[in-house]
Amino acid sequence: MKNHVFRPLLVVIGLVAIVLIARLFIVPKDFGVWERGYMYGWHRKSNEEDWKAVKVKFQGREYCKDCHSEQYSQISTTPHAIIQCENCHGPAIDHPADPPKLTIDRSRNLCIRCHSYLPYPTTIRSKIKGINPDEHNPGIECVMCHNPHKASKPK
Amino acid sequence: MTRRDFFKLSLKGVITAGLAKGLFELVKPEHILASTSNIRRVFLIDAHECCGCGLCVKACKLENEVPYESSVSRTWIERYVMTKDGKVHADATNAGRDGFTSTKIDLGMGKYKDIKKEDIDKAFFVPKLCNQCENPSCVQVCPVGATYQAADGVVLVDRKWCIGCGYCIMACPYGVRFFHPKYRTAEKCNFCYHRISKGLKTACVQACVFGSRKLGNLKDPNDPVTKTIMTERVWVLKEEYGTKPQVYYTNLSMEVR
Repeated sequence: MKNHVFRPLLVVIGLVAIVLIARLFIVPKDFGVWERGYMYGWHRKSNEEDWKAVKVKFQGREYCKDCHSEQYSQISTTPHAIIQCENCHGPAIDHPADPPKLTIDRSRNLCIRCHSYLPYPTTIRSKIKGINPDEHNPGIECVMCHNPHKASKPK
Repeated sequence: MTRRDFFKLSLKGVITAGLAKGLFELVKPEHILASTSNIRRVFLIDAHECCGCGLCVKACKLENEVPYESSVSRTWIERYVMTKDGKVHADATNAGRDGFTSTKIDLGMGKYKDIKKEDIDKAFFVPKLCNQCENPSCVQVCPVGATYQAADGVVLVDRKWCIGCGYCIMACPYGVRFFHPKYRTAEKCNFCYHRISKGLKTACVQACVFGSRKLGNLKDPNDPVTKTIMTERVWVLKEEYGTKPQVYYTNLSMEVR
């Protein structure tokens, strides 16, 4: 073959070599094809650990149990026992160290998430005791009369 | 064989061997053949048990640091109301973050349509989240290997690697992906990977009041979720796309898409 065919070919081979060498330095060592194969598993393995290291914020009711045993046992006899403490009290994160105090949601809007009656026969919503928020003491906070830890008739 | 021929031949041999080794460095067969996981994360949603309170959406946004006031969310609740005249009404105000407190259906642009009790045939609250598909179309389209499927089936996004091209957001038939307003990368539900890898429940499962949401392992035959999926009538969303979604629904009707 003639020289003029070889020369551009060498240039191309050279470029490919440069790209491959650069790749060695740029691409992390753990980047490659992992368990789910070439089509779905082509990634940087250490990213899985990055995701696992994200901070847990909602700790669950067992976390509250030891210090707040009185409230824990009080609510456990009511229909509200199925609701997590943190749904109203906010995520515990590292409480009591950080944050020392949780922001409690005492708003009417929180209660009517479940207790605004909706007539949907194929869901559990229609079986929850509910009110029409436009007619039942509009503008007044529910906790003025109802105790969410007792979940019963007004006190 | 002359000395010259010997050197030529050995040079060719070294180059060929080097190239072959280099190729295997790029595509490592042992990675493909290695550890097949004994976990396959799946989700089971009982639509009847969902009361539309939206506490799961609230918990998800706080747990996963998705800006609370933005309209995007990793999980959301849709409301479907089927009236007796055969019409289907659906809405999902604020991703269902503040719950559904009125019978008025949000039509958008500040317009609402009130549906009276006597007109309602059936209605559902449908929690939605990433389906962690067996054939995830979002992963196939990623040009840089920033989104991928882990061994347990969960699809993750590498925020360092994502270039924000948005192909995956377009490719997802379920619309579960969005741009994270803060990180400026593709964002999606990952079954609270930091929680499930520690043996905890996902934030939404934990917050769910009536146990509508359940997380399971499809490879464990004794898992109650697996038993339900294997023995009862379950439903998946948009089966026709062939993505093999792994979020299963029970007590849902055909109108829900």
